Amino acid sequence: MGMFEAILLTVFAAATPLLLAAIGELVTERSGVLNLGVEGMMIMGAVAGFAFAQITGNPYLGALGGMVAGALFSLLFAFLAITLVTNQVATGLALTILGLGLSGLWGEAFIGVPGVKLTPIVIPLLSDIPLIGRLFFAQDILFYVSIALVFAVSWFLFKTKAGLILRSVGDSHGSAHALGINVARVRYLAVMFGGACAGLGGAHLSLVYTTQWIENMTAGRGWIALALVVFASWRPLRILLGAYLFGAITILQLHIQALNLSDLEFLPAPIYGLMSVLKSIPSQFLSSLPYLATIVVLVLISRNRRLTLINTPAMLGQGFVPDR
Amino acid sequence: MRIEVSRRQMPSRAFAYLSPAIALALTMVLGAVVFMALGKSPTAALYSYFIEPLTETWSLHELLIKATPLILISVGLSVCYLSNNWNIGAEGQYLMGAVAGSAIPVLMPEFQSFITLPLMLLLAMAGGAAYAAIPAFLKTRFNTNEILTSLMLVYVAQLFVDWLVRGPWRNPQGFSFPGTITFNDYALLPEIFPASGRANFGILFALVAALLVWLMLRKTMKGFEIRVLGQNPRAGRFAGFSAAKMTFFAFLLSGALAGLAGIIEVAGAVQHLNEKLSAGYGFAAIIVVFLGRLNPAGAVVAGLVLALTYLGGEAAQISLQISDKSARVFQGMLLFLVLASDTLIHYRIRFVTSGAAAQEAN
Amino acid sequence: MKKMLGIIAAFAIALSASPALSASHTMEKVKACFIYVGPIGDFGYSYQHDQGRLHLEEALGDKVETAYLESVPEGADAERAIERFARSGCNIIFTTSFGYMDATNKVAGKFPDVKFEHATGYKREHPNVSTYNSKFYEGRYIQGQIAAKMSKVGVAGYIASFPIPEVVMGINSFVLGAQSVNPDFKLKVVWANTWIDPGKEADAAKALIDQGADIITQHTDSTAPMQVATERGIKAFGQASDMIRFGPQTQLTAVVDDWGPYYVKRVSALLDGTWEQVDVWGGMKEGHVVMAPYTNMPDDVKALAEETEAKIKSGAFDPFTGPVKKQDGSDWLAEGEVADPGVLLGMNFYVAGVDDQLPQ
Repeated sequence: MGMFEAILLTVFAAATPLLLAAIGELVTERSGVLNLGVEGMMIMGAVAGFAFAQITGNPYLGALGGMVAGALFSLLFAFLAITLVTNQVATGLALTILGLGLSGLWGEAFIGVPGVKLTPIVIPLLSDIPLIGRLFFAQDILFYVSIALVFAVSWFLFKTKAGLILRSVGDSHGSAHALGINVARVRYLAVMFGGACAGLGGAHLSLVYTTQWIENMTAGRGWIALALVVFASWRPLRILLGAYLFGAITILQLHIQALNLSDLEFLPAPIYGLMSVLKSIPSQFLSSLPYLATIVVLVLISRNRRLTLINTPAMLGQGFVPDR
Repeated sequence: MRIEVSRRQMPSRAFAYLSPAIALALTMVLGAVVFMALGKSPTAALYSYFIEPLTETWSLHELLIKATPLILISVGLSVCYLSNNWNIGAEGQYLMGAVAGSAIPVLMPEFQSFITLPLMLLLAMAGGAAYAAIPAFLKTRFNTNEILTSLMLVYVAQLFVDWLVRGPWRNPQGFSFPGTITFNDYALLPEIFPASGRANFGILFALVAALLVWLMLRKTMKGFEIRVLGQNPRAGRFAGFSAAKMTFFAFLLSGALAGLAGIIEVAGAVQHLNEKLSAGYGFAAIIVVFLGRLNPAGAVVAGLVLALTYLGGEAAQISLQISDKSARVFQGMLLFLVLASDTLIHYRIRFVTSGAAAQEAN
Repeated sequence: MKKMLGIIAAFAIALSASPALSASHTMEKVKACFIYVGPIGDFGYSYQHDQGRLHLEEALGDKVETAYLESVPEGADAERAIERFARSGCNIIFTTSFGYMDATNKVAGKFPDVKFEHATGYKREHPNVSTYNSKFYEGRYIQGQIAAKMSKVGVAGYIASFPIPEVVMGINSFVLGAQSVNPDFKLKVVWANTWIDPGKEADAAKALIDQGADIITQHTDSTAPMQVATERGIKAFGQASDMIRFGPQTQLTAVVDDWGPYYVKRVSALLDGTWEQVDVWGGMKEGHVVMAPYTNMPDDVKALAEETEAKIKSGAFDPFTGPVKKQDGSDWLAEGEVADPGVLLGMNFYVAGVDDQLPQ
């Protein structure tokens, strides 16, 4: 396995949980609901995934358990934010607090227990293709699911009637309601989809990324997923780009640290120079790049009013109560 | 059966007073169930949660210390949210305020005078306000969603503080551990009653800020403007109010108060700047704003209540070995119930059985 | 006789409230309290301290009662947590993270009758404050020797947390151990900037392996690097606790933080009335640092490791013994010179052979 391939494999692993959580949140936000509880749903998915894999001995059932746990947990948010029209920002934050606590309680029994790994599914022939074979055709199920979900969501949102309905609810819940659409039902489903995806992303952490349970093991990845949705300006395919870009920055930062400049003297001067600059920048600045990049992207897309109107769910964060 | 919610013509006064009681009662019942499930005495658990921290003077001091940043930040945020400006980056403004205020004792440790502390407070407010001005500027100039930009800036601020206290501002005598030098005495916020506890003048700043903002909202034209622009921007424009100016006003005010909270924490309880400065106050304050129903007076009460749940969680850990995790579950539950109960103020809730719904449809 | 002494001691207390006297009387029962920076479920640093607490309960039975607070932030909350303990009847309070240093000393000033034990710090502003720490670097030296023997390419990867002296010491000791076997041995270091984040630690391990390291060691807390090493079929060292369950074919050994003996010793001293302020920096000799069984290595490597361990235990050898050069080529320790503990505790430079630039 070449170095380049090895690095990409690592990037893929780092990007998958972010991608899963972000694509779910994208659907939630497209329906006009801002759920800031992604971190809480992810950590519930992580502990549930680990628990079910332990109990059944089957990591696939574990992943399924993580997904179901994420969806069920998101129902709590949905009931408050949709049915009882509570403020979505506050409710989402409360969901994260609750999730971190509950998962810690649930996981007490699993501390120091090696987990069950979701092993890669190697697709014959295809996986033998040089360079891309191992990258794309010898991965775990969650990787395939994450990529498939991106395209499925894109197709669903922009090519199906149901997707149109979901977007219309996010763009103008009043008009959608007037057209006879059950706004609350659409939003419940969207929130639960978001919860299921976040749960799956959490399960990836405890079943693939590192097969173990540790309290707070999501370590802020839920918040990054939220940033990715915006970075992608609510377009599924851009989430793919964003998650992989983010994964790449994280991984390359580690690689740059491990590199020895004296081993690189054979490189052309500009690349060598760039490497030495990158090596001398404090890691905190490199780490803040994705967030700054997100702000820049936001500014760029929102400067263009037309683009903003097309992509941003206008009702984001606003509760809806039909007038009777 | 399903639940149907409909908007009331007028917010219910009865429920405005009843809903905290309902939330509290439900919390007690649910909490008792949870504690019994954990094999603990519910009465003892609830006692150590809500009463024990209030029974001793020193603990009351601690309550004020914990509540101060929550109140200060949420007072500012309530102006933001009332005027429809969704600043959720107070955590970053808090940190940047702390950094700006700390610049004096860290970079000029020999500048020790009675104006050291006032200058630090002012600088912190300026720092917080300046950091909050970024999302305000992006919103007004480029129409960029402020929820997201202010959130992104939190991460940037955290990394910036981390770099400062591990790099250029690190205490040279600190054995390379992260953190600045301990502030000199002129740079520390005095305690109010040092004999009985360590509560400092920060709480007075918080109360004064709450009072001033409350007066502004209630008695001044500015308060009227905030409400109008928040509830109906179109009407506000016809009245000649500028939404852009309001955005700046709200962000600068909340940023300044968050920055003040930051320096109070540093110059008061912690006494030096380190990377673990915030225990998530900027986010917890958002919950406080809604618990306090976007009202500065409510923020004072809600800030104290939330602070009490932190102290109570600790007390329960010690006296009943209820783990930190259970304490957080209980806190999350309380927040959910309070948020849910407040729905009753603005909405009517009906439980509709499917039969009745079918009849209605006919 | 013992009873007689007890009566005299009781009299002495009754007659005078002098803390000096009350400090030296025996106690029937001690309440020992612990403050942890992380959740006890981290299976790392805080977990090991809690294992020490459980060991204490087991060893002293009903003579001791314990309590703990987990996930206590190192900001303004620390002082409150410590004070709450001091007021709730704790006789001795162990504050187990560096960030509690100022708060521990402040509260200690207010409660002269309560004993305070602060881990990894250096401030003892009151007679009732002790500090304790462990010479983990001793174990790292043995790891370095094993790594140099076991590595095929002569490059190991080190996942570091933060550039504090404790961590820098470990890196240097590892390199010195490795060079004692193979003078050309290279060490690559990646700073993860976290104590515990399994995902990031796994990424760091992968990056190091991809860049040629075939032995992984870590100064972060999770078992993720061990699992990555297992997947990639190379060897690794455990950290803080014995991680053999996470790499039965992978773990060579682990430097285990064993706080239990120290906790038993200090609480017993309080029971006997012999507690005194100390600044303990205990290593293998004192039982603070324990090597997990040497596994997955040939007998000659095991023999070398055991020999070094015995030498360190007996006090005959210290890893930081000259001649040692600094990374920049300047001389640090002359032939036979042993490093001054003060220099080690503030260590902010690498020795020669570390393939990294120390973040400043």
